[in-house]
Amino acid sequence: MNAGSVVPEAPTAPASRHAEKAAGIPRPHGMQLLALPEALFVLFIAVPLVALVYRAAQSGQLWSSLRQPIIRDALRISLTTSLATVVLVVLLGTPLAYLLARTRFPGQQLVETLIDLPMVLPPVVAGVALLMAFGRRGVFGDALNGAGLNIAFTAKAVVLAQLFVSSPFYIRAVRVGFQSVDPNLEEAASIDGASGLRTFLSVTFPLMLPSFVSGLVLCWARALSEFGATMMFAGNLQGTTQTASLAIMTAIQTNLFTALAIGVILLAVAFAVLLVFRLFTRDPLRI
Amino acid sequence: MYPWRLTPLLLLLVTAFGVACSSNNPKTATPASTISSVASVAAVKTASPVAPATAAALATPARTPLSTPARPASPSPAAAAVSGAIIVFAAASLTDVFNQLGDAFKKAKPGVTIKFNFAGSSALRTQLAQGAPADVFASADQANMDGARQDGSIDGPDQLFVKNKLVVVYPKTSTKVTSIQDLAKPGLNFVLTDPSVPIGNYARQSLAKLAADPAYGAGFDQKVLANLKSNETDVKAVVSKVQLGEADAAIVYATDAASAARDVATIIIPDQFNIIATYPVAVVRNAQYKVAGQAFIGFVRSAAGQDILKQAGFIVDSTTGAASGAVVLYPRPAN
Repeated sequence: MNAGSVVPEAPTAPASRHAEKAAGIPRPHGMQLLALPEALFVLFIAVPLVALVYRAAQSGQLWSSLRQPIIRDALRISLTTSLATVVLVVLLGTPLAYLLARTRFPGQQLVETLIDLPMVLPPVVAGVALLMAFGRRGVFGDALNGAGLNIAFTAKAVVLAQLFVSSPFYIRAVRVGFQSVDPNLEEAASIDGASGLRTFLSVTFPLMLPSFVSGLVLCWARALSEFGATMMFAGNLQGTTQTASLAIMTAIQTNLFTALAIGVILLAVAFAVLLVFRLFTRDPLRI
Repeated sequence: MYPWRLTPLLLLLVTAFGVACSSNNPKTATPASTISSVASVAAVKTASPVAPATAAALATPARTPLSTPARPASPSPAAAAVSGAIIVFAAASLTDVFNQLGDAFKKAKPGVTIKFNFAGSSALRTQLAQGAPADVFASADQANMDGARQDGSIDGPDQLFVKNKLVVVYPKTSTKVTSIQDLAKPGLNFVLTDPSVPIGNYARQSLAKLAADPAYGAGFDQKVLANLKSNETDVKAVVSKVQLGEADAAIVYATDAASAARDVATIIIPDQFNIIATYPVAVVRNAQYKVAGQAFIGFVRSAAGQDILKQAGFIVDSTTGAASGAVVLYPRPAN
């Protein structure tokens, strides 16, 4: 959207766009040599996904599996906790992203690195870290107990684990979104008499909408797929803390079909996420 | 960029789905389909007659240890020179002691290297069914061993090699639980494994036994299970939840309680309510090193091996060791 507003897009069909691109980029010699290994690599990604769907369908039990309470409960828990996570991330992360994008303060680099850290941290480490901080024997365990806040083995723990690992995806995307909005436009709006909120709602936010949506979707997808930290920090009880990912882990010990069925559902969700992502952003990996 | 560009991928997945549905043929025995299909174990049992093996044969396992029609053992003249890099799939409760046994075994048989994969027995069974490379499978219950046989992962005999008991554990610093009765106190954080994992199954059986006693009262097990906060996937995960103080109490093996004794305290479950966990071990059907695998089993059941197990708090008796001469073979006589 941003790029589109600066460089008007040629009103051509996708096919001719392709041709344009191919003509525009000089093609180094020997590209054909890469075709075979790269085709194999693409297959490497495609085959497991196809195999998952194939095996699930082959079982002939996919639809009956979907009606099992373990799957219904797992999807319910996954949906509610991940949505709660996204709401919290938007409420807490947006102001932070704005601050990081629009101001300079000492230690900013440090804060930015810190916020990005959970993205590259192994989720199990995140789980242990959360335990050490908020577990019953954690650094703040007594304080939380004193406040009557019981986190262990509750959905709150699931949300905390998801919040910890998925927030960087949102904050990062939205920060870049804020940075991409030309401050002159906001200034112009305020000179024209728009209030701060009005400027944000009618200038800043529409311009950064693609970043907002992509951040939201990535964050939600990460929360939905969270496994390691949840297992460590929240436990695994059907209908309380057992998310879809944990249910797969539990189910695969007894009934592979149940695990496959949940896998197919999550694959479908991931697919839908990518679809939304592409609808809203020109460059899918621009965050 | 353009969402419809994803259409080929979608088509691919839908096609795979369609093809799979149409080829849903019961004859295509996939590893997957064997897991949930309740094939008759009894049929398999009667179909594998086992020639009686002597204790001596087991004590020196490299020399035709167990002759079954299904798995003709190759007579090896070089009995002493066992070699190979064996992979042992063992129940999580065996973690500490099998590492010790492995070290001792490597000393006894320098030609053999040994690697372990520890997890809940049910998870191991699934991994075997999916073709994970392994030479020996040691389960914490007969159910998962029989299940592995049903999956086709095991075809030779399995042998009992050790027993274990259950205890209640709680964090040493906690005062919430001081008796078995306290497990029913409302609001307690009680943790078990999933019922598919042996210890989770045994613990639920033990709770049912307790509930049958008037001292605990009918519904005792229900009250305790109402406190259940997590179904972990192996016993070590349960122990760590208690060690961390996240859980107020759990039921685990006596041996796990012993190895975590620094952080957890133990309440004995009286014998009449206890469940004796029996651990069978077998060579895996597709093992790469069957002779070395059998040698490891022989070592575990030897006097030296049994001694290490005993030191770790396991129960060894005339049925678990090879030295006693009592060899429990598959199929076992009904008891």
